[in-house]
Amino acid sequence: MSDKQPTVTQATLVKKAAPKSDYKPADVSPQRRVQRTFAVRLWSIRHSRLLEWFYSRFADVFLLLHPLWKGIGYGRVEAPVKFVEKRVKGFMFDCRMCGQCVLSSTGMSCPMNCPKQLRNGPCGGVRANGNCEVEPDMPCVWVKAWEGSRNMVHGDKILTVQKPVDQSLRETSAWLRVTAQSAAARETTQNPGASS
Amino acid sequence: MTARQLDENPAGIHLPLDPLPGHTSRGRLERVLRRGEFAVTTELNPPDSADPEDVYNRAKIFDGWVDAINAVDASGANCHMSSVGICALLTRMGYAPIMQIACRDKNRIAIQGDVLGGAAMGVANMLCLTGDGVQAGDQPGAKPVFDLDSMSLLETCRIMRDNGKFLSGRKLTTPPQIFLGCAVNPFAPPYDFRPIHLGKKIAAGAQFAQTQYCFDVPMFKTFMQKARDLGHTEKLFLLCGVGPLASAKTAKWIRSNVPGIHIPDAVIKRLEGAQDQKKEGKQLCIDIINEVKEIPGVAGVHVMAYRQEEYVAEIVDESGVLKGRQPWKREIRRDDQMVADRLDHILHDEITETQVDMVKTAH
Repeated sequence: MSDKQPTVTQATLVKKAAPKSDYKPADVSPQRRVQRTFAVRLWSIRHSRLLEWFYSRFADVFLLLHPLWKGIGYGRVEAPVKFVEKRVKGFMFDCRMCGQCVLSSTGMSCPMNCPKQLRNGPCGGVRANGNCEVEPDMPCVWVKAWEGSRNMVHGDKILTVQKPVDQSLRETSAWLRVTAQSAAARETTQNPGASS
Repeated sequence: MTARQLDENPAGIHLPLDPLPGHTSRGRLERVLRRGEFAVTTELNPPDSADPEDVYNRAKIFDGWVDAINAVDASGANCHMSSVGICALLTRMGYAPIMQIACRDKNRIAIQGDVLGGAAMGVANMLCLTGDGVQAGDQPGAKPVFDLDSMSLLETCRIMRDNGKFLSGRKLTTPPQIFLGCAVNPFAPPYDFRPIHLGKKIAAGAQFAQTQYCFDVPMFKTFMQKARDLGHTEKLFLLCGVGPLASAKTAKWIRSNVPGIHIPDAVIKRLEGAQDQKKEGKQLCIDIINEVKEIPGVAGVHVMAYRQEEYVAEIVDESGVLKGRQPWKREIRRDDQMVADRLDHILHDEITETQVDMVKTAH
């Protein structure tokens, strides 16, 4: 549970004791400095149903192209696909390239934007106005995720318990990984026993 | 021989209890809850010192009033003695600590090690938390880890206990026998997601939950109603968090500075109107306990009296939640007492015996 103190927080004391200088960074946390506006991210969450529909078509197309990816070699195609994925998802969702995208399970609100990188729901520190405890100006990623998921057809995917992030997959393409995995799953269902 | 206390290993107070069917741990708290008794837990204010006596003195004031003591893991991101250290000391003396594990400071390698170490020391209860952000504490420049979150931490502990495996799949020789807990805050948005979120925590492995400070009973009632409808209260023991407010000024300060604690205006008005605000704060806490204990599905209370720990006994006594039951209390064993009675004088007598004198008196 949270520590409460009657007078001043330790953090305030520490801040007061810090050496004075004329240059003070504009925002409260380094993360906020990187990410200055949330307008596009919030638009994506408001249109989560549309994006969900679009993504499922997009994933099908990617899967259709599986022979092509395989022909060229997934390793060779990774760099250009990652380049596009990083820019597109970065613009739309402020994607952090964790490499194991769960956007369709989190109402199109990227959980890696949470300062605590929670992938399973909000922490107990959400402010009464629905903003983040760490970054008071940012709407809580999980409050938005819950709103977004309510608009989606498969919004109840938010109830599945997500595994911890595999840090070794950072900066890799989630699109290609999902495609390769569903291609493999399709092969095993079509001719069971052949792959093993 | 004196009657042995309930929930105590006759071979030694520091030893785990006999395993019971349907119990996952060998601790006192799970037994109390599964017997259907109204449990009381509290929080130990961790010392900023390396002296074990500081921990023992702070635990002593809870003797005979609480069923388990939370050993906090750098709460509010402030540096204190570690929860593992506090648990090591408390288990030696027979107390039932609840080891808090926060994801802020440790990655999955360190956490799984601590779970094993804690269980080996006799810690039977573990509370899986996300942890406050580092900006809240005395070291805002620290690197926040958050490798796991409270949900995946719960799942990790459950896998270790039930499957006898690390997260990696490597086998454990002896799995930890632990009672798993989680925190829940019904007083922060998104309000309609909170009961569902609790269900997710149950699915991940939570067996008991402690809530954030409850000052708004109607809000808590709505939460409990939804939790009951979803069937959560049958799968999990829910302890409601309560605590005394020192004054109206403190309450206002907490409201604007500590995220996640919701204090309604009525509470502040009541404190402001009182002659003795501290006493009124305590009375308010007792009143809230009396209200929440009647709510179906509430299995106990978690009394958090930060820097007012001496009030915990009074609050528990005056609210009458124990209904005459006395939780485990550290008592001196009969043989120890006999030795103390006979030989205690040597500590106080100021006689310096020489060997010559001893020979003389012996004959």
